[in-house]
Amino acid sequence: MPAISIAKAPQPAATNPEQIRNFCIIAHIDHGKSTLADRMLGITGVVEDRNMRAQYLDRMDIERERGITIKSQAVRLPWRSGIDGKDYILNMIDTPGHVDFTYEVSRSLAACEGAILLVDCAQGIEAQTLANLYLAMENNLTIIPVLNKIDLPAARPDKFAIELANLIGCKPEDCLRVSGKTGEGVVELLDQVVKQLPPPIGDAKAPTRALIFDSVYDSYRGVVTYVRVMDGHLSPRDQIQMYSTGVRHEMLEVGVISPEPVASNGLGVGEVGYLITGVKDVRQSRVGDTVTTYDNPAKVALAGYKNPKPMVFSGLFPLDGAEYPMLREALDKLQLNDAALVFEPESSAALGFGFRCGFLGLLHMEIVRERLEREAGLTLISTAPSVVYNLTLEDGKQLVVTNPSEYPDGKISEVQEPIVKATILAPSEFIGTIMELCQQRRGVQKGMDYLSEDRIEIRYTLPLAEIVFDFFDQLKSRTRGYASLDYEPIGEEPGDLVKVDILLQGEKVDAFSQIVHRDKAYSYGVKMTEKLKELIPRQQFEVPIQAAIGAKIIARENIRAIRKDVLAKCYGGDITRKRKLLEKQKEGKKRMKMVGRVEVPQEAFIAALTTDSDKVSEKKK
Amino acid sequence: MNLAFYIHIPYCIKRCGYCDFNTYTPGELQITTGLNDISNSYIDLLIKEIQFARAEVGENVTVPSIFFGGGTPSLMQASDIGRVISTIKNGFNLSAEAEITMECNPDTVSKESLTQFKEVGVNRLSFGMQSAVKHVLETLDRTHNPDNLLQATNWADQIGFKEISVDLIYGTPGESISDWQTSIDSALSLPITHISAYALIVEEGTKLAAQIKRGQVNPVDDDLAAEKYLIADQAFTSAGFDWYELSNWAKPNSASKHNLAYWLGDNWWGAGPGAHSHLNGRRFWNVKHPNLYKEKIESNQSPIAGSESLEELQRESERLMLSLRLPTGVAKKTLNEQQLLELSEYVESGHLDQSNWNEGRATLTVDGRLIADRILRKILL
Repeated sequence: MPAISIAKAPQPAATNPEQIRNFCIIAHIDHGKSTLADRMLGITGVVEDRNMRAQYLDRMDIERERGITIKSQAVRLPWRSGIDGKDYILNMIDTPGHVDFTYEVSRSLAACEGAILLVDCAQGIEAQTLANLYLAMENNLTIIPVLNKIDLPAARPDKFAIELANLIGCKPEDCLRVSGKTGEGVVELLDQVVKQLPPPIGDAKAPTRALIFDSVYDSYRGVVTYVRVMDGHLSPRDQIQMYSTGVRHEMLEVGVISPEPVASNGLGVGEVGYLITGVKDVRQSRVGDTVTTYDNPAKVALAGYKNPKPMVFSGLFPLDGAEYPMLREALDKLQLNDAALVFEPESSAALGFGFRCGFLGLLHMEIVRERLEREAGLTLISTAPSVVYNLTLEDGKQLVVTNPSEYPDGKISEVQEPIVKATILAPSEFIGTIMELCQQRRGVQKGMDYLSEDRIEIRYTLPLAEIVFDFFDQLKSRTRGYASLDYEPIGEEPGDLVKVDILLQGEKVDAFSQIVHRDKAYSYGVKMTEKLKELIPRQQFEVPIQAAIGAKIIARENIRAIRKDVLAKCYGGDITRKRKLLEKQKEGKKRMKMVGRVEVPQEAFIAALTTDSDKVSEKKK
Repeated sequence: MNLAFYIHIPYCIKRCGYCDFNTYTPGELQITTGLNDISNSYIDLLIKEIQFARAEVGENVTVPSIFFGGGTPSLMQASDIGRVISTIKNGFNLSAEAEITMECNPDTVSKESLTQFKEVGVNRLSFGMQSAVKHVLETLDRTHNPDNLLQATNWADQIGFKEISVDLIYGTPGESISDWQTSIDSALSLPITHISAYALIVEEGTKLAAQIKRGQVNPVDDDLAAEKYLIADQAFTSAGFDWYELSNWAKPNSASKHNLAYWLGDNWWGAGPGAHSHLNGRRFWNVKHPNLYKEKIESNQSPIAGSESLEELQRESERLMLSLRLPTGVAKKTLNEQQLLELSEYVESGHLDQSNWNEGRATLTVDGRLIADRILRKILL
């Protein structure tokens, strides 16, 4: 029995780095990472079977419901190798699996010496996994290729073994085959982790340097910071210091996760664990920062720290203006646990008071919005997502625009827009349609490779704004859901962009303004006016809907005035029924937003986000 | 106290395709004993309920109007109708000028039967005309021959009925403007004193709703219906019928007292299955199915299925809802600042009458009548 009891296992702060293996699992959503992780917890005896709940490590409800991991954690697993019979400590660092969290992934990878590349052998590798694999290879991690779900009838391990072998330069037979569900092959996998991964190397006598790879706000304990000790050690008596801020903190507790937090006598070189300092805000304990001791601080920080930079902005407004203070409170609370979320008050003529929020990407935006609605019980209207534009005006002034309504009319000499490098993996039969989509979206092709005979990797550079505009939905529908996408920002390029405004009854509705490429402005205007005509109910007066660039009207629709809105008869004196009907209708009207004198339903604002919210949810499943 | 009586007769020979009223065919009720028997035994139940009402409301109650609605009241025997009227007369002070209306299907009356109805005390007839155009009647699934109406109203006139009304329906799918004009002209050629014109409402669960869903019949066009309302209002008004409620027009002094009782928030008792009543701010309604109603009455149980005591806000909402439908509208001094502000927009847009507004009342213009519910929603409490 290779599991060893936790009491007899090597203890934190007293484990020889030679006995430690730090690894993470790189996998696409759905490819069974959480199930495999659960299986490892069971096999190593860290979680007794009866305490097992599905996807033990994913903590938040939203994560468990959607089967995705937003926040990573690290678990200490004692293991007696079946190969050499010695005792080891395996630290499994869970990584987020989505494009928006690339930076967090990179820090998790930096805390490991090796990675399990986990691929569903009924589906093959996906773009985001590939991107993370490349990231791991850049970090010189040892990769153990693993084919999962071999129990499935549709499994094609031989085919995907060749694909993986091509990608990482190994032999197909080097790919391990496991089933997280049945447990088959998991013992061998743990033994291979011990065998193939190098132990961590660090200088135990040097000033302490520990890498923060995650920090999580806990309402009872404050911020829990997850670290990997590179040099020196952390002990419960230390005063620590964050390198980037220079702020000193008392250490309240240091420990390891196994899989619940257990306080320890400290953490030594190569060890992974958590620390608690009483800090209440994750922004004071940022991912990628270096923890050192106050008494003997490190001279040089660990490489790779950066501040997360929001890429996508959207206005969030409470449907009921009276909920504005609640929205502020909820955002404040969320920010305690989300260092990447930024927001500032915004006021819209159409939507009233709200917040302009910055997100890492679309998924991040959706998660924040959903948590605000779910946890704070708010009903929100969000405006179409926008990227960050850097403008040079004719008078030479620079302007950063994250909100289309603030985009100046004219007098612009240059606009720089963010560009991303996109990688799309798909069955080769879809090459044509994918290329067509990328062309339409102002993409520039950068290369294409066959992963296996019938699967391709296509690389494009694209303006981020085009991706934000329902690109993923289009890609999915054109490829019957088979394509996967990953992208990362690579800088900025000048773009020929214009702002299209939407006017209701001649009044500009700021929440509907959008920045689009000049060539697409006309079709965008036509589409938006048509959509709004469908969605806005008839009022007692005529409502012209116009799309305009500056003062020039480019599209127009008309909502005719309603002529009849009355129930002619009260049958049998059933006045109760009529009153209730009117009251119900009135309640329905309350869910409309008054824009000037026009009642606009929520759906109209959602429609302005060409990516409609249902579709956004789909992509995460 | 005044108490109007609504008497529900839940029987029809055949159910019309658009109708979702609480009415049943003998076939649906599996009655094989013939209409006379239904009439006798059903009226017995009504009489028991009226006696029950008498016990509820006590002495000194004046009845200004009785309305036999349905269903098809003209299926009942005149003697049975007479028994209802006598029961009311015995238990209450039936006002000397009481308006006693009976709804009639032009197909089920004869000069003789009308004479008998008059003899037992009915003094006002309301004929379900709906349309004078054959294909419109067909879409509505009505069985009567449009020519019967002229004959039936002529008989009524000859017998000496002073108050005769017809019901019209506009907005039926397939009804053109000229079809509607035909129906208006036809109605105005009859010896009548009162017209009700209702926009067709396609109710869930009706045959017509199913036909529209299946695409066999076109959906109702609200814009066209609005146009027809304007045409009708114009035609009726020029012919000397003044509008006195959203869907009702009458010759001078011929407005229906019973109809107005609803809109003025008066008290009334609805007898029969599914009938609704209103007593001093309390609304209640009877069990819907005739068989269940029969069971309750026969076992001396109350037939009331549910009730609602109106809170002050609801009473006020109903007052607004009901009185806005009348030419007198709502007195501005009974409205709060917010309501006045909302309404002033409709004065500007021509939906409320400017000169009445200046004189302290919010009253609908003809365009305003067409969007009365929209205006109401703005001021409901």
